[in-house]
Amino acid sequence: MKTLSRIYTGLILLFLFAPIVILIVFSFNGENSTAVMTGFSFRWYKELFDNAKILEAVRNTLLLAVSSALIATVMGTAAAVGIYRLRSRYLRAALDTVTNIPMINPDIITGISLMLMFVFAGRLFGLNNSLNFGTILIAHVTFCLPYVILQVLPKLQQMDKALPEAAMDLGCTPLRAFFKVEIPELFPGILTGMIMAFTMSLDDFVISYFTSGPGFQTLPVLIYSMTKKAVKPTIYSLATIIFFVILALLTVTNLIDSDTDKAVKEARKKKKAKKQAAA
Amino acid sequence: MRNKNAVSARGSLIQRMLLTPYSIWAVLFIVVPLFFIAFYAFTDSQMHFTLDNMRKVFTYRVNAEHTTPYYVMVFGRSFKLAVISTLICLLLGYPFAYRIAHASPRVQGILITVIMIPMWMNFLIRTYAWMVILQDKGILNGGLALLGLGPIHVIGTETAVIIGMVYDYLPYMILPIYSVMAKMDNKLLEAARDLGCNSLGVMRRVIWPLSLPGVISGVNMVLIPSVSTFYISQKLGGKMKLIGDEIEEKYANFDFNGAAAIAFIMMVLLLVVMALLQHRATKRSVA
Repeated sequence: MKTLSRIYTGLILLFLFAPIVILIVFSFNGENSTAVMTGFSFRWYKELFDNAKILEAVRNTLLLAVSSALIATVMGTAAAVGIYRLRSRYLRAALDTVTNIPMINPDIITGISLMLMFVFAGRLFGLNNSLNFGTILIAHVTFCLPYVILQVLPKLQQMDKALPEAAMDLGCTPLRAFFKVEIPELFPGILTGMIMAFTMSLDDFVISYFTSGPGFQTLPVLIYSMTKKAVKPTIYSLATIIFFVILALLTVTNLIDSDTDKAVKEARKKKKAKKQAAA
Repeated sequence: MRNKNAVSARGSLIQRMLLTPYSIWAVLFIVVPLFFIAFYAFTDSQMHFTLDNMRKVFTYRVNAEHTTPYYVMVFGRSFKLAVISTLICLLLGYPFAYRIAHASPRVQGILITVIMIPMWMNFLIRTYAWMVILQDKGILNGGLALLGLGPIHVIGTETAVIIGMVYDYLPYMILPIYSVMAKMDNKLLEAARDLGCNSLGVMRRVIWPLSLPGVISGVNMVLIPSVSTFYISQKLGGKMKLIGDEIEEKYANFDFNGAAAIAFIMMVLLLVVMALLQHRATKRSVA
């Protein structure tokens, strides 16, 4: 039974990683072939860094991901705190439903719906081309917001309600209590939410495809137009770099997570020890 | 007393300040755009009301001899391939989620991270990698030739599209099932065993019903992107078209009304499917 489950795990992992390993191997191919391996070279990496179009797309993607993650984090954190404090049950249910829409809806629906609205607005103002950096930024902030909110809300529920009240009793204004007590308490959730928003924005193709104009191309959109024709291994070297960047990011988030877990566990231990000492 | 009231009044002012930007944003960019799909679906390019877009979806035939209208066929094909892929993901993913949930905490952490790595890879490139593997002179046939086996033709078939869907979305099935199983109380399983249940009985009567919420969200997370995909079918399906391809093609040709009509119908169908799934799940858990 145990060997069977080992074999099974191995097979699933093989299925998940074989294509990625193949990509990485072929990124070092000596020849312009995506099927036969002939010798080892860094040729495609060099070509990648010489390709101005790809570099511009990388810059665009990073600019978009940083700005949409920042906006979504600020607005989403504020929204989570607001939703958490909401007394009206109906309003809260309505907001929860709306927040879930972008996560449930297929990306193509989110993309098409925003595109139609932008085109409509553009027509009202008599614009010929209504899609630009602004529209894709709005789209990315919109689909990033739920991830931030859903990361921050549980941290609010875990937080001791007495904390901000104690701060206010000790003379803090509500605003000061919010920034001095609540925000630091929520910080792990805010950070994870921001990183998630950042990676979602980096990775998105479908919504970007429908909401970006010809003037602003992100990397996934460029990859899409590149893979319409025959592909050179340049794309593989790009994929390899992305892979290792993501690996590094995931490792860092895991470390942050386990650090906060540890901190929480130690705090609990201390509390327990105190209680026992008191008894 | 007065002081406290002043504080809570200021508190609610702050709350309004916190919630207002998001509320406006959500209405403007989540709710209103959905109405634009309906608006474009039921108007012509001059913005006059019409049912033509809808009629086209239900009656257009490429060839007058075809019995099934073209778009009905495309919808049928999309849902068929998506359902098959979802079932395969469930069959492959369920035991795997179980395996992760019952490993030591350290192994759990490692396996979950490992599952997530391909998720964060750009899915265009992942799908493209499968095209390289499956194409007629690709790596799969190269490997088969080394073993002395004949070349097989996979690319451009429904099998290739299903492989792509399963590959791209398997982690989305594993993760929600795992997170439900990890929280499951092991005492329940032990109690069932003590009361005379065999392993199969424990699986069928305790583990499976308790894991249903995870299964439902996994099914949603695989089914929805599979039904609406257009890249997987473009790269692996040859000339085969799915709903997503039709929407994308109409968008690329600036036929926004036609794209909206297909998107609108897909949205309604998916809502019905999801409501049915949710209904079954709650009914089961009550029973």
